[in-house]
Amino acid sequence: MRKAKGTLLRWLVCSLVLLRLLTFSPAHAADAPPAAGDPVLEARVVAFTSNLRCLVCQNESLAASQADLAIDLKNQIRDKMRAGESDDAIRDYLVARYGDFVLYKPPLKATTVLLWAGPFALLVIGLIVLGLNIRRRAAAGSGALSAEDHARARELLQEAERQ
Amino acid sequence: MTDTIAPQAKAASMGPKPAGSRWRYFVPLGIFVVVLVFLGVGLKLDPREVPSPFIGKPAPAFSLPRLERPEAAISKADMQGKVWLLNVWASWCVTCREEHPVLLSLSKSGVVPIIGLNYKDERDEGMRWLKQFGSPYQTSAYDHEGKTGIDYGVYGVPETFVIDKKGVVRYKQIGAVTEEALNKKILPLVKQLNAES
Repeated sequence: MRKAKGTLLRWLVCSLVLLRLLTFSPAHAADAPPAAGDPVLEARVVAFTSNLRCLVCQNESLAASQADLAIDLKNQIRDKMRAGESDDAIRDYLVARYGDFVLYKPPLKATTVLLWAGPFALLVIGLIVLGLNIRRRAAAGSGALSAEDHARARELLQEAERQ
Repeated sequence: MTDTIAPQAKAASMGPKPAGSRWRYFVPLGIFVVVLVFLGVGLKLDPREVPSPFIGKPAPAFSLPRLERPEAAISKADMQGKVWLLNVWASWCVTCREEHPVLLSLSKSGVVPIIGLNYKDERDEGMRWLKQFGSPYQTSAYDHEGKTGIDYGVYGVPETFVIDKKGVVRYKQIGAVTEEALNKKILPLVKQLNAES
């Protein structure tokens, strides 16, 4: 009985620790710096950087990333926005330095045509294949059996019955 | 696609088991091979090596205090008319230690001047690092805030730019300069660029 109680207690402690860990938000998560006084600007920075890739940790957006470079870039973007630059100008500024790779939505140009048109080309090819298949099946006949087919089928069935 | 479907359609309308229909079992195999080739090529590509938009374009201008002499400046204009390397480094960068011997021996050979860009570092730590390991640099620009780094599209350290006599970026090495990269890419390119007027 004592042992069971001990196990239960251990379980409880473990669950509590786990819960604490899961709900724990590290202090540094909030340290994305200044602009606290200007929520409008901050919202614009977040909205803008959500569509940009962080080059250091490529599976993160610039908005989400806490990498040093991402923080520097966000500061730079914040400064530029404060200085009154448009989103397009800032985007150009970043693309000039890091290439189209920073954009989650790549621009349509010669090297990206396949990327943009590829899925539609595959869809068209699929539809053509489907159409041809339907036509072929239709041309192959209604599926009704000829007298000859019936005779052959009967023969086979009788054969099977005999065995 | 039309070519490959038509004979089959014809064959099917002629009889239940056409001899020529066997080829279509090879279609999935063909698709498989194509996908395999694409995936194979994809495996070889390194997503960390983002092509630099600066290749063939003028290197961004900069003018920064020197690491070892804060009162003196080093700028891109100082290197005009020379083929040179701009090597981004920092004392906190581990891979920089890996490439360091390669840069040192390159510097000793005197083939091409190397300018350092000390990126987001502390001055005394950078100086200590050079004292400890030796300096392959003619001088290092001290980019404490990393603004010049951003101008050069630096997203990791080390990175090395090969810049020609006119100040145009011709090549960017992402990550350590290895013996292999030096001998296969950088040195032949430097030789070629030196031959250009």
